[in-house]
Amino acid sequence: MITLAHAYIVGGLFFTAIAVLSARDGANPRRLVNAGFWGLLATSFLAGQYLGDIGNGILVLGLVAFAVLGLGQGKPATTTPEQRRESAARNGNLLFLPALIIPAAALIGTLVAKQTDWGARLIDPAQATLISLVLGVLIAASVVMIWLRPPPLAPLQEGRRLLDSVGWALILPQMLASLGAVFLAAGVGDQVGRLFSEYMSLDTRTLAVAAYCLGMALFTIIMGNAFAAFPVMTAAVGLPIVVQHFGGDPARVCAIGMLAGFCGTLMTPMAANFNVVPANLLELPDRNAALNGVIRAQIPTALPLLLANILLMRFLAFPS
Amino acid sequence: MLVLLGIAVVVLGFIVRANPLLVVMAAALTTGLAAAWTPEADMNAMLAAATATLAAFGKAFNDARYISVVWLALAAIGLLERAGLQERARAVIANVRAATVGRLLWIYFIVRQGAAALGLTSLGGHAQMVRPLVAPMAEGAAEVRFGALPDRERFLIRSHAAAADNIALFFGEDIFIAISSILLIQDFLKNSGIIVEPFALSLWAIPTAIAALAIHSLRLMLLDRRLRAALKPGARS
Repeated sequence: MITLAHAYIVGGLFFTAIAVLSARDGANPRRLVNAGFWGLLATSFLAGQYLGDIGNGILVLGLVAFAVLGLGQGKPATTTPEQRRESAARNGNLLFLPALIIPAAALIGTLVAKQTDWGARLIDPAQATLISLVLGVLIAASVVMIWLRPPPLAPLQEGRRLLDSVGWALILPQMLASLGAVFLAAGVGDQVGRLFSEYMSLDTRTLAVAAYCLGMALFTIIMGNAFAAFPVMTAAVGLPIVVQHFGGDPARVCAIGMLAGFCGTLMTPMAANFNVVPANLLELPDRNAALNGVIRAQIPTALPLLLANILLMRFLAFPS
Repeated sequence: MLVLLGIAVVVLGFIVRANPLLVVMAAALTTGLAAAWTPEADMNAMLAAATATLAAFGKAFNDARYISVVWLALAAIGLLERAGLQERARAVIANVRAATVGRLLWIYFIVRQGAAALGLTSLGGHAQMVRPLVAPMAEGAAEVRFGALPDRERFLIRSHAAAADNIALFFGEDIFIAISSILLIQDFLKNSGIIVEPFALSLWAIPTAIAALAIHSLRLMLLDRRLRAALKPGARS
């Protein structure tokens, strides 16, 4: 059976190749920093399970050190804009096909692993989407290699070109997830919830609903993740006040409360994989600003939608 | 109360624009030390707390490797870019006379939100769809109408391509009953002694989904207007 462990090996080998190619890239004055960063990430993927907790902690310190030193932008050999236009004209819409293999494989693999017996024996159903995605990438890359016959190192060099454009932000989502685990263990959420319920006097339905929704959004902005905010705010305000004191329907209150949190996700750089990673992928000039272009494009939708959630909860969640 | 210092470190770090990886690490260590601090704690106790926090962080980082494995997709996307995928995406959209940035992103928004509501959340994403296809198509639609784009408008269009993907995903996926947020809510309520059906939770995600669609449709109309006003030949002063 293919499990996540196999996907980690593929990922580890990929990052190893990126590290080696980075070290040999004479056009990048910071090539050794890049090689160190990608090399440590490769180590994490290939050997993370053998390093022990403190070993992994030291590995993360190393990644942070390389990121602070500053990664450079590698210059892998690629095609010129003219060659690309010419290839686009020659190959036509067939070019879209390999791009669609990746999501299609993720979808089909997930369905097969979860719905069929033979699929569950082939792909670990618990991680079916990720594993199928990795398989889809391998299939798509193989199709392109056989069809267009680029140089053998092209998938690695082109991958390195894009990885370098994302840079250290690549591991920010993983780092923030780890920070969430430390916050949880230290009881940060409980403290925020206590502050919120102690210092607010919520004596009408509207105030209670507004406090719950705004609290979800604000706490999500701080934590970067509505899933971290939900248990805290719902235990502090949602359940005891909106549901138990004012008689809100728990399913409706919680469903809309979670979506109020999602409005916060749209407005925070802490939600790195949604808001910071695309800014890097799209090479926005303000990608390192706290409110980059992606977040600024989202705020004018997020704020009215947050208000809509407050109104929806106020008028839909109290059926009696 | 002291454990909230970690949040203060995060906020401060963003204000002084330090490297976010450094900020996250510092916030984790601050939180771990603050949780262990008592007036009697000596140097050794604090050192032990720092080590324990580093170990907890390392364990969580190792457990969260699945988040970063998706970057493998960049190898295939890069290969296709090399072969002119972005250029093809622009050319295709240039042949659609009715295409504008707003209409194109609106169609993507509807498809993405609808697919997510059916549980097909992997049909999309910034690395797989936005960078190679959606953003170049949106830029292409603007270029056909207005010619070469100034940087300001080009980056505005790209930002909106990413925003459409995020908003459609967030306010579509909760309509599907087997998504992680629905399961989290159900689990949380069960631990509090309240049994709800996932179906009830996904049903009450629909009003917000409709509101998101309405609000963002309006925003995309306004985006087209803004681009027309800024880029129409002769309109610039």
